Amino acid sequence: MINQIIDRRELAPAVTLLEVVAPRIQRRWKAGQFVIVRPTDHSERIPLTIMDSSPERQSISMVVQAVGKTTQETVALQCGEAFADLAGPLGEPATIPAGKRVVCLAGGVGVAELLPVARAYRDAGNQVIVLCGARSNEYRILDTELRAGAGPVHWATDDGSFGFHGNVVALLKTLAGPGAFDEGHVIGPIPMMKAAADATRDWHLKLYASLNPVMIDGTGMCGGCRVTVGDSVKFACVDGPEFDAHRVDFDELARRNGAYRTHERLALEHGNGCRIGLDVR
Amino acid sequence: MKPSPPRPKPDPKAPRQPLPLLDPALRHTPAEVALGFTGEQAKIEALRCLQCQKPTCIDACPLNIDIKRFILRMVDGDYAGAHEVISEQSPFPGVCGRVCQHELFCEEACIVGRRWDPVAIGALERFAADHARLRMQELVKGEPRKPTGPKVALVGSGPASLIAAYDLVRLNYRVTIFEALHRLGGVLAYGIPNFRLPREILHEEIARLQNLGVEFVTSFIVGKSATIEELFEEGYEAVFLGTGAGLPYLMEIPGENLAGVYTANEFLTRLNLMEAYRFPERPTPVHVGKRTVVVGGGNSAMDAARWARRLGSETTILYRRGRAELKARIEEIKHAEEEGVRFEFLAAPVALYGDPHGFVTAMECIRMELGEPDESGRRSPAPIPGSEYRIPAETVVAAIGQAPNPTLQRVTPQLHTRRGKIVIDEAGRTSMNLVFAGGDVVRGGSTVILAMKDGRAAAAAIHRALSPNGGNHDQPDH
Ligand SMILES: Cc1cc2nc3c(=O)[nH]c(=O)nc-3n(C[C@H](O)[C@H](O)[C@H](O)COP(=O)(O)OP(=O)(O)OC[C@H]3O[C@@H](n4cnc5c(N)ncnc54)[C@H](O)[C@@H]3O)c2cc1C
Ligand SMILES: Cc1cc2nc3c(=O)[nH]c(=O)nc-3n(C[C@H](O)[C@H](O)[C@H](O)COP(=O)(O)OP(=O)(O)OC[C@H]3O[C@@H](n4cnc5c(N)ncnc54)[C@H](O)[C@@H]3O)c2cc1C
Ligand code: SF4
Ligand code: SF4
Ligand code: FES
Repeated sequence: MINQIIDRRELAPAVTLLEVVAPRIQRRWKAGQFVIVRPTDHSERIPLTIMDSSPERQSISMVVQAVGKTTQETVALQCGEAFADLAGPLGEPATIPAGKRVVCLAGGVGVAELLPVARAYRDAGNQVIVLCGARSNEYRILDTELRAGAGPVHWATDDGSFGFHGNVVALLKTLAGPGAFDEGHVIGPIPMMKAAADATRDWHLKLYASLNPVMIDGTGMCGGCRVTVGDSVKFACVDGPEFDAHRVDFDELARRNGAYRTHERLALEHGNGCRIGLDVR
Repeated sequence: MKPSPPRPKPDPKAPRQPLPLLDPALRHTPAEVALGFTGEQAKIEALRCLQCQKPTCIDACPLNIDIKRFILRMVDGDYAGAHEVISEQSPFPGVCGRVCQHELFCEEACIVGRRWDPVAIGALERFAADHARLRMQELVKGEPRKPTGPKVALVGSGPASLIAAYDLVRLNYRVTIFEALHRLGGVLAYGIPNFRLPREILHEEIARLQNLGVEFVTSFIVGKSATIEELFEEGYEAVFLGTGAGLPYLMEIPGENLAGVYTANEFLTRLNLMEAYRFPERPTPVHVGKRTVVVGGGNSAMDAARWARRLGSETTILYRRGRAELKARIEEIKHAEEEGVRFEFLAAPVALYGDPHGFVTAMECIRMELGEPDESGRRSPAPIPGSEYRIPAETVVAAIGQAPNPTLQRVTPQLHTRRGKIVIDEAGRTSMNLVFAGGDVVRGGSTVILAMKDGRAAAAAIHRALSPNGGNHDQPDH
């Protein structure tokens, strides 16, 4: 059945992999693209990156971090249940060069979003090194998959419980410097992407960031996902989500993403409140 | 046939019946504003029609609804019959009776209008539709029909595709409508607010198509989920592109990306499609502060401003031309005024200012003056240097127009476009074989009824192309 969940695994606390039947998306998607889902018929539309696919099972996989109401509704779905809506593949695929020295940086659930891009780099004949950040050892995800599919992986943890003690950008600076790489890709929390862009500004490296603004339709219709890149305003859902990291206005992105914080808390409380009295279908 | 009672004589001199409206003091919910005629009013208004020898109204209706005949049924009190007459041409009287610009089409051509006010055709059409709702259950009962003719794909579920689907499915084509969003109706669903077009009306009239055998596929973006070529490979023999003009223009002024600054599309989508007015019962929020400024002078501007008023915000529409140049329908402007929307003419935004958290707090405006008429006949506004002033605003909505949604065009370079609009010939054909287009994607922003006109023309062209002998495919039983 289309949109049905056929595998569900918890990779780390509050981080869940969902494999979903989606034959058309499986046939067409490319690294860097995403889907818009509504987990239930009364949910918001949220974007999720396509992490992997299986032609045999005609499926795609996403890794979801439960941060608010809709992501919680998403990971609450069990095998055999189906997303109410699943649209994609959306956005432009990642830019994949050939024969370059490439560094990949990811933090948190961004590690999952990075995996297909890192694999595509390697498959196109680039030399790839992957640097990942996690809160602590138990939050590390997809290490084996990255090593097998992309290249050597180095970890940084905030508490030092595994690998480098500190954040992933600090790790990058200890490992490399100007001229070490031709290209790079960064994906993760906004402060981390901003730090990566700042750190590499004069490294003579083309750095792409995969941005995560708030989206509604994901089809270029609302303009809610607009981001400033250099002198121009872009719609991340159709022009991106990947942009030149050195030209992105990350401060603006952070402000825009925080614009609904009070509402998000209310939505969550409302959802939880309802669950006490009502039988959740 | 049962004998009908003697018919009263037409009375065009009777005053045109005013549409009863919801008291402005009660307009703080999404409830519909125009309440529709009472039975008594419908009778009086129907009798105003002269039953002309040469009914000019019919030619003026882009759907050629047999207005004269449906009104005659109403004179006889046969409202179901009136609905059936309309249905010969259009299954959407509930939609058109509300949002069609009848003042520019059927009513403009009505003979009665030469001496008195024209017959209120739109309101009568709506009355017939509202009456039919009572028996909608009956209209859509039973299993959907199963057409057996060639497969046709219609892209987008706006009015252009919807009417094309109606025409094609009745010719027994197997019609599939592919829609990018999770709900059907295009702008009718995400743009036009509930208080002008209640969602149930839209859903019910679309459900009729479903019952006739039209298949709907939502969350399917042609160009992304599948290309046009792939649709042909999957057995579709013709494709119609009714993808609309959904790409919003930005104001391109400093501060536009502050929180609280929306395009009309985003603002209206949050409210209409995602029902943000019910937040937190519905999960999508919207920021509506103490004061809202809506920039623009068209339908979207009125709709956004009227929503903002309903959410309790002091609302101003800022328009760079004068009142006479407003593009919205007179009715919408009147309703907005009744609801307390303030208009500020001959002024344009130049910058937005925000607080340290990135929320908009004020708009800097500049006064404009109208210059000489340009080649289009419209007087173009020019800023008056040094006339800048500031107004407070916690919510700003840019309702300054839309361009065709480019998603499909981007991945289909063989499709000829001009300034983003898909180019078609007089038969609705694009540069691709057996691919047709119509509605806003061809015209840029236009209207529901013109989109329907295009959809109907394209359906006819598709029928000619797929059935060169003009032959009907076997009609299904019904
Ligand atoms: C192109 C794209 C791809 C994405 N891919 C993934 C993915 O593969 N896996 C995944 O877990 N998440 C992904 N995200 C982020 C995900 O869409 C958001 O976490 C989700 O929309 C939050 O919804 P919510 O209702 O659960 O939380 P909300 O209640 O809306 O927000 C909870 C918290 O998350 C923050 N937040 C809200 N929206 C976003 C956002 N778009 N990005 C980051 N933080 C946000 C808020 O500031 C808030 O603090 C992606 C986002 C984009 C734009
Ligand atoms: C706020 C607002 C109020 C208006 N009020 C009025 C009014 O009162 N009266 C009036 O006559 N006109 C009004 N209009 C104009 C009118 O709504 C439009 O002219 C009309 O809807 C155009 O119809 P359409 O079928 O061409 O496209 P649309 O209604 O725009 O529908 C296009 C549909 O195609 C979908 N789509 C786009 N790309 C793809 C793709 N690649 N694959 C699948 N689906 C796709 C979109 O999601 C959308 O649902 C209004 C417009 C707006 C924005
Ligand atoms: S569809 Fe429009 S033009 Fe035609 S009769 Fe109805 S209101 Fe008049
Ligand atoms: S033109 Fe006016 S009066 Fe004549 S048939 Fe049409 S609606 Fe009636
Ligand atoms: S999410 Fe609406 S335009 Fe990108």
